Amino acid sequence: MLHIINKSPFGHETLATCFRMAQGGDVLLIEDAVYAATPGTALESLIKAALERFNIHVLQPDLDARGVGAEIIEGVHAVDYGGFVDLVTRNATSQSWL
Amino acid sequence: MSEDNIKKFMFVNRKAPYGTVYALEALEVVLITAAFDQDVSLVFVDDGVYQLRKGQQTKGIETKNFSPTFRALEGYDIEKLYVEKESLQRRGLTEEDLLVEVTVLDSAAMGALMDEQDVILSF
Repeated sequence: MLHIINKSPFGHETLATCFRMAQGGDVLLIEDAVYAATPGTALESLIKAALERFNIHVLQPDLDARGVGAEIIEGVHAVDYGGFVDLVTRNATSQSWL
Repeated sequence: MSEDNIKKFMFVNRKAPYGTVYALEALEVVLITAAFDQDVSLVFVDDGVYQLRKGQQTKGIETKNFSPTFRALEGYDIEKLYVEKESLQRRGLTEEDLLVEVTVLDSAAMGALMDEQDVILSF
C-alpha cells in the first residue's frame, strides 16, 4: 500500500507513526514532509533505517519550492506529479496521514 | 512618532513555508507593523528557519514564492532577524544556506531576547 505523508518530520509524529505501524510498501513524502528526505538532518538515521523496509519517494516540485531539491538522501526516489499518479494507481490502497 | 509610542514587537516564526499559510501571513503582519514605525524583531525557530532557505523555486507547485520579500525588509527598516542556532543544527543548515543576513542566537539568548519584548506575536 501507499502511505502519503505531508507533515514536517520535525515537531510532528506523523512520519514516525507511519514507520512504526506500516508493514512495508511505498511511502511518499509531499509538502512539508519533503524535509525528511534532505541529508544532514538529525532525522537522517530514521529515514535510512526506514529504507530497509519501505520504498521511500519524495515529490520533486515540493523539494524545489522549499529550496532543498539539490540533494536527497541516497536510496530515496524523487518523483514528479506523474510519478505520484503512478504510485497511486500501482497500489490497491493509499492512506494520507493527515 | 515620539519614542514613548514605540513598542518592541517580536514575531516568532516556527512553521515551514508553503505547507501552511502561517509563514506568508506572518510576513504580511510584519510589513503592516513596520508601517507604524515600531521596533520589530523577526525570530525564526524550529521549521521557521526553512522560510529563509536559499533557492526556493515554487513554479512547480504553482504557489507564490514570497522568500525574496525577506531581502526587501531592510527597505522597511526591519533589520533585526534572529535565527536559533539549535534549530539550524537539527536541520543540517548553516547561515550559508540562508538567503538573508541574520543574527544566530543560542536558545538561552533567544529566550532572553523574548523577555525584553513588549508584544510577541506567534506564527
